[in-house]
Order: sequence, then structure tokens, then C-alpha cells
Amino acid sequence: MNPIELPDASKAPARRGLKLWLSRLEGPQTMGRGPVFWAVVVLAVLAAVSYPAFANDYVVGNAAYFFVWTFMAMGLGVVWGYCGALSFGQTAFFGLAGYAYGVITINIGSAFGATWLALLLAVALGGVFALLIGYFMFYGRIKGVFVGIVTLSVTLVLETFMAQTAGPQWRIGDARLNGFNGMSGMPPLTVPWPGGDIMLYSGTALYYVLLGMVVLCYLGLRVLLNAPFGNVLVAIRENPERAEMLGYDIRLYQMLAFGLGGALAGLSGALYTAWGQYITPSSMGLTAAALPIVWVAVGGRRDITATLLGCLLVIAGFQSLTIYGSQYALVVMGALLVFTVLVTPDGLVFTAINRMGRLFKRVRR
Amino acid sequence: MEFFPASFSIFYQFGNAFAFLVISCAGLAVIFGMMGIINLAHGEFIMCGAYVTASTARAGLPLPLAILCGTLTAALVGMVLERTIIRHLYHRPLDSIIATWGISLIATQAVLILLGPTMSGTGTPLGSMEVGERSYSIYRLALFASAVGLLGGLYLLFYRTRFGVIARATIQRPEMARALGVDTRRVYGLTFGLGAGLAGLAGGLYAPTMTMVPTMGATFIVESFVTVVVGGADIFVGAAPAAAILAVIKAALTAWYGQLFGQIGLLVAVIVVIRVMPGGLSAFIKRWQR
Repeated sequence: MNPIELPDASKAPARRGLKLWLSRLEGPQTMGRGPVFWAVVVLAVLAAVSYPAFANDYVVGNAAYFFVWTFMAMGLGVVWGYCGALSFGQTAFFGLAGYAYGVITINIGSAFGATWLALLLAVALGGVFALLIGYFMFYGRIKGVFVGIVTLSVTLVLETFMAQTAGPQWRIGDARLNGFNGMSGMPPLTVPWPGGDIMLYSGTALYYVLLGMVVLCYLGLRVLLNAPFGNVLVAIRENPERAEMLGYDIRLYQMLAFGLGGALAGLSGALYTAWGQYITPSSMGLTAAALPIVWVAVGGRRDITATLLGCLLVIAGFQSLTIYGSQYALVVMGALLVFTVLVTPDGLVFTAINRMGRLFKRVRR
Repeated sequence: MEFFPASFSIFYQFGNAFAFLVISCAGLAVIFGMMGIINLAHGEFIMCGAYVTASTARAGLPLPLAILCGTLTAALVGMVLERTIIRHLYHRPLDSIIATWGISLIATQAVLILLGPTMSGTGTPLGSMEVGERSYSIYRLALFASAVGLLGGLYLLFYRTRFGVIARATIQRPEMARALGVDTRRVYGLTFGLGAGLAGLAGGLYAPTMTMVPTMGATFIVESFVTVVVGGADIFVGAAPAAAILAVIKAALTAWYGQLFGQIGLLVAVIVVIRVMPGGLSAFIKRWQR
């Protein structure tokens, strides 16, 4: 499948409204089409839905923890894989939104679904901050490696800043920032319910909420990437000058894509804080910043499906290695990164899916 | 306060910041300027130089020789990595960043596993001197001198030696240089080794002033990245003046508001600079010269 092949407009029937958007669930910018693919997707979702029936609470909570990270990975997939701007600093938006969720919920409490408002505000804050950084970067016409350096510097400086907020003067309302030790004591996501709010602590309920969000986010991104917006992003990645000559303001598109990536990283951050009721500056540090890159690079950045699967696989692998000590796990991650770049530059999962797809076609003939 | 002690104090602050920026960014700037590769393992080469320097110095070697050992080890490691990994990625600059980041992860964690969370360093040599009411570390002044000497040495290397001519030719027109019989792969290898060695030198020079931890490279990288981004591709008309300007910003903010605001000031400076003059100082100065 050629990622830059253009949709054949003459063959496509004219569609409007909802039908048009639904038709964009499959298209040139995403892998997978036809009944077989969607059958597999439905089966996978059904398997995920029935999973808590077979596993104990701890394992389910752990799976929910994996889901928390996928949003940041998919956001990075859009920014890096589709738009071609390699950002090292997604953790800056992650951390900012995580702290924002904590500060807001500690101040306004968890009644009447206020935690969801806090989640929304935190995500918006991550997105707006990303738009701001994106404005300076893309309207300054910096590209390639410089995007990586600026974003990395942003996240490292944020880490340094948060790490020194230990004193009692660093408080926003009732929320103490607590410096290097991090912030804790914020409520988890809470669903207002007659006869007692449902607190979504790590467990089956949170698992289902997160699963729903992952599926929605995945399908939404598929639609967006196959819409004209996604086509322009890919055009910019393939050849910025050509895209510009065709009349697109590439700075605007890059900035918007970066903002979207920042908002998704923020969603991960806010959900992470809500999941563990805890956030520390090291979530914005150098090691933390490396992890999204590992997930997306190893999974495959050119396709949102590969990014999602790769992210889940790598996190699961990372966690099972952490039993032997996190420093060993990080050595393996580094080695995996170098190996991927040298041997399968498109990503392990992406290459594997492509091979399988080709094999499948050959068998059918 | 009298005039001389006050101005000396300002000069000392500036010299300290300038030396740190120049010394820590030199290796990164050489590799980026010459090969277009951002070496994210820069901090780990610095760590390597610092560790070798500290351990050889504690084994009894005089400090200058120990620093030389650190520099050479880092250069050697750099050349081996270039030969095995970086060489395959010259036509994919983004992938080369990722690969160097992978190397950096491996190096930091491997050092943590093998050598433990900290290592005892060596004390700061040369003592201190009194100017007015305050005392100043002589070693910091020596670092400023080394920074100036480093820039001079690099200038001589790139503009007055045969290697420099060949290296610059390879950077500007690789195909032409190859047609004239230059082994460009060897030049790239040597340049990467030079950059890694300069990082090792930075580690060696700062080893006596820091605590030895596996993540010590991270303290250098923000400053060195910022300097290289503000400076642009050329180390002499870019990185050096950028270091001077950033040193003024950093020294002033650090003196008034503390270390953290020095760093934040650097970050704001870099974001404004890329908006106002993309391509960095060197592109700006070169266009202005024309």
C-alpha cells in the first residue's frame, strides 16, 4: 500500500454529512480497509471488552494503565509520522496537563462531575501551550532536527522548574506543588450518580472508560487523517515546498497538527494523574521524554494503527522487563530503538503488518 | 563597592557562563555544523570523559593528563559508534537523532548498572583568590581561558591545517571532494571522533567541579543545544557569538533571580531567536556580510 497515493475522485460516489465522515474511516492515509479488517477490529474490541471477565482486578487495572499512554503515542504519531515534525517534548504537554488536572481538582473538588471539567481544561491547556510553541517554531520556519531540540529543551526546563517548587510559597490555591516529590492527593475521575458518585479508581470501571476513549480517539484520528486535513499533513511531510506551491499555508497546518499532538499528550497526562492520583517532575525528564519516541518508532510512525499496537506492545514488554529492574528495561529499550532505526526504519509492527498483508493477498490469488 | 571588584565580579560571572556554554557546545556544534547530525548522546560522551578523567586522576595521574585521557577515550568511543551505527544514517538525519538517543539511554543505564549511582570525583584544584571582599575560584578562570583557547585551537584546525581544508571541502560539496580523491567516509569518521572528543574534553574540564552521576550529561545538554540552535550551523560566526550573547543573558538573570531563571531566560531567548532569525546567528551574520 502506497501511503501517498491520492484518492481517485472520479470513482468515489458523492457523499455528504455523516456518511462522508464515516466513509473516511478508511482511506489512503491509514492501513486496513474492507470487511476483513473491520471484522478483526470488532473482534479485538470485543476481546478487550470481555477481558475483565477472565482476569483479576490487578491485571485489568494494569491494562487501564497501558491505555493511559496510548493517547500521547497517537498524538506523536500524527505530529511525527504524518506531519514529519519530530517532537521530543510531548512530555512537556503531558506534565503540564497532569499538573493542571491536579491543581484544578484539588481546588474545585470532585462534585458534580467537576473532575471531567478539570480533565477538559487540562487537555485544552496542553493543546494551547503546544499551539504557542508550535507558533514560534513553525512560523519561524524551523524544521527538521531543530524542532526536536526546541521541544526537548522545553520539557527539560519545565522539569527543572517543577523540581524547585518545593517551598510553601509554591502553591496555587489549595494545591501545593511540592517540588521534586511531586503532587498527590487529587481525586480520581468521578462520575456523578444519583445515590453516590462513582469514583474511578484503578479497576474495571476505569478500564472500560479508558477503552472507550481509546477506541473513539483511534476512529476519530482515522477520520481526521483521511479528511483533507490529513492529506495536507502527508503532503507537507513528503515535500513541504510542493505543498506550499499548491497553496496551503503549511505553517498553519503544522501548528494545528502540533497543537493536536499536544492536546493528546495532555489527555494522557491528565488521565495519568487521575489514574494514580500522583504526578512528579520526572514525568517530564529526559528518560520520560524518550519513551514516547521508543513506542512510536518501534511500532511504526507512518500509520496510526501500527502506532497504537506498537505502543501497547512496547509498554507491555517494558513492564514485564521492569521486574528485573527498570535500568535493565531502559537498556533494552535503547537497544530496541537503535535496532529499529537500523533494520526496520518504518517500525517493527508496521513492517510486520505490511508483510502479513502482502502474504494474505498472495494466498488469496 | 569599589569599581574594580564590582566589574571583576561581573566579568567572572560572564566568563563562567561563557566558558560553560562554549566548552559544552563545541563537540555538538562540530558534529552538527560539519555533518548535519544532532548528537543526542552528546551528554553521554561528556559523562564518559568526566568518568575517565575522575578515575585516572584519582589513580594518581596529574589533572591535565587525566583530562587528556578522558578526551581520547570519548573520541575513540565516538569513532567506534560512528563506524558501527551512525555511518548508516547519514542520509536520514531524523533517524540519526533517534539512534543517538537510543545510544544515550543505553550508556546512562549501563553506567548506572555497572558503576552504581555515584562515583567519587576529584576536588577542584588551584584554590581561590581574593578580589575585594569576595573570593573567586581560580579554576573557573582557567576554564574561561580554556574556552578561549578551545575556540582558537578549532579555528587553527579548520582554517590552517590540511585536515581542516579537506573537512570543509567535504562539508560543502561531498561529491566534488570524493571526485578529487578525498575519502569522505574517513573524514566523517574523524569529524565525529573530534566532536565526541570535544565532548569528552568538556566532561574532563568540568569533572573536578561536579558530582559524578550517570545522568550528569543532562546538565550540559540544554545549554549546549540552545547555543547550537541560536548559533546555527557555523561554530565560529555562530556558536561563539551565540555563547557570548547567551552568557550575558544567563549571567545577568542568574545574578538577579537565581539559577533557574537563568535557564528559563535561555529558553525564551532561543524561542525568540528562532522566530526572528531562522537559521540562527550564523545565517544572519553571513547574510549581513553580503
